[in-house]
Amino acid sequence: MKENQVGVQTADTQTAAKKVNTLVQITDRLYELFDNIKIRFSVLAVALAVLLYLPMRSSMYFMEVMTNVWFYVVMCLGLNIIVGFAGLLSLGYAAFFAVGAYTTGILILKYGMSFWLTLPISALMAVLAGLAIGTPTLKLRSDYLAIVTLGFGEMTRLAARNMAITGRATGLVGISRPYFFGLHLYKINHYYYAFLALAILSIFVSYRLMDSRLGRAWKCIREDEDAAEAMGINVVAIRLYAFVLGSVFGALAGSFMAVKMTAISPDSFLFTQSVNILLAVVLGGMGKIPGVILGAFVMVIFPEVFRGIGQYRMLIFGLVLLILMIYRPQGLWPDRSGTISSKVKDKTCKDEVI
Amino acid sequence: MFLLDIKDLTLRFGGIVPVNKVSFGIEEGSIESLIGPNGAGKTSLFNCLTGFYKAQEGDILFQGQSVMKLKPHKITELGMARTFQNLRLFKNLTVMENIMSGMHCRASAGLAGAVFRPPSQRAEEKRIKEVAIECMDFVGILDKKNMIAKNLPYGDQRRVEWARALATQPKLLLLDEPAAGLNYDEKMQLVELIKRIRDELKITVFLIEHDMGLVMKVSEKIFVIDYGMKIAEGTAQEVQNNPRVIEAYLGKEEDKAV
Repeated sequence: MKENQVGVQTADTQTAAKKVNTLVQITDRLYELFDNIKIRFSVLAVALAVLLYLPMRSSMYFMEVMTNVWFYVVMCLGLNIIVGFAGLLSLGYAAFFAVGAYTTGILILKYGMSFWLTLPISALMAVLAGLAIGTPTLKLRSDYLAIVTLGFGEMTRLAARNMAITGRATGLVGISRPYFFGLHLYKINHYYYAFLALAILSIFVSYRLMDSRLGRAWKCIREDEDAAEAMGINVVAIRLYAFVLGSVFGALAGSFMAVKMTAISPDSFLFTQSVNILLAVVLGGMGKIPGVILGAFVMVIFPEVFRGIGQYRMLIFGLVLLILMIYRPQGLWPDRSGTISSKVKDKTCKDEVI
Repeated sequence: MFLLDIKDLTLRFGGIVPVNKVSFGIEEGSIESLIGPNGAGKTSLFNCLTGFYKAQEGDILFQGQSVMKLKPHKITELGMARTFQNLRLFKNLTVMENIMSGMHCRASAGLAGAVFRPPSQRAEEKRIKEVAIECMDFVGILDKKNMIAKNLPYGDQRRVEWARALATQPKLLLLDEPAAGLNYDEKMQLVELIKRIRDELKITVFLIEHDMGLVMKVSEKIFVIDYGMKIAEGTAQEVQNNPRVIEAYLGKEEDKAV
């Protein structure tokens, strides 16, 4: 397929294409190295040490960006359960982020509740919202779910914009910051650590889920619904499980965001927010946890790095995405990259009988 | 009492009646087959049995319990497993993962089990893996357990499908054209395998098949349907000599006088 495209292109683009191809090969090689358990653990240990040390030396601006990265990682891992594991297309994920943020905001502002107590309630609200949206739609094929979630995302935002309890268009202001065992969490570094912890927890839960009865069932449904049903998998219930669980990740991230920002407004939950999260998941590689984390990093860091060129950065980002989708449609760090499956390919494949 | 008892089963799609008042029973521990010309309603009947189609009239009793209104996954849980006419593997998963999916309904771990991994969940995972390995060994694909399903040769993909159905630990195995696309050697192995499934695993086998040689070799009883209606049943010998069956397959002899 690649050869055909290269054939029509000019010499200039041919060399460029070659470069991209080598780049793809190099990254694949790196990913293979990462699959080695010893290398993986050393890399992760060093990474964790650096991440924990980072706040001691970095500027406020950099910490703000990094906190945002972890926030995105949590959201993307949540959406990855829905999109990557279970293969359901959700276009309104920001709504669950909103549910979490508003639940925490309202409970703290109106009822003076402790932040930590609002977390389980926020998760419960996400479960209820997920059930309300998922139950009628998950019996249908995924396309319908995309439309319904799209509508739900906008409904949530418009409801928040117009209801008195959510503070209408101004939103909620002056949400007090929580204490953690006597420590008042008010510095950006505190939130950096909080979101880092939340991200690590999400990564852990994601990995555990992936390699479990539930995770396998999700993958089967993603591959072939009818066959999964024939294998005794309750397709509707297991899908709903993924949908609700993914929503809880989003709501918890929202709760933490509410106290970090101390103010939330309906404009934080625009459709573009949902799209950005989905984009990060697709960009990184659906279903592959390191890929999704990488996607979240790229989505947050890219606009920051190119801040200097103003509006042009979105144009460049669009071009980069286009190139990526041509050369790497499975994402930056795909689940079972092409090299692995071709290596496993049996010689006998040639005399396939059909 | 029959293991599977089908009573006056009728399936309608508007004016078309793919299954029309079909009744028969399958005895426990037997190997029985369903044959019929193309479009006779064999697969439709299979889909009714496994809950993929909902028949309008009649009843299906599995171990004395009606399964007419149950969803496919519930029927699998009760012990009726099926394979598909066109392969329906989880193509991008490994062979091992494909087979492990069959154990889903025999396990119970949920979210808490997945995240905290208590001893009960670990024991369950171990059992799932053991059963999967047994099933792969039984059909002879254990050496390919880490391969991606879609990269296997066709014959092996068929085996994966059989092993996956066996992993649901059924009492009755429904095979929809298991020999389609297999070569002669593979078909002979299939005959052996079907017999072993019954003799060693004590699973009743009911198959749809086009390959008459294979059907005659393995089945103890054969049911013939045409235009959605049962036209004959009996042993291979009886069915072969039944005039209605010959008519259904070869047409009527009209020009006898000439």
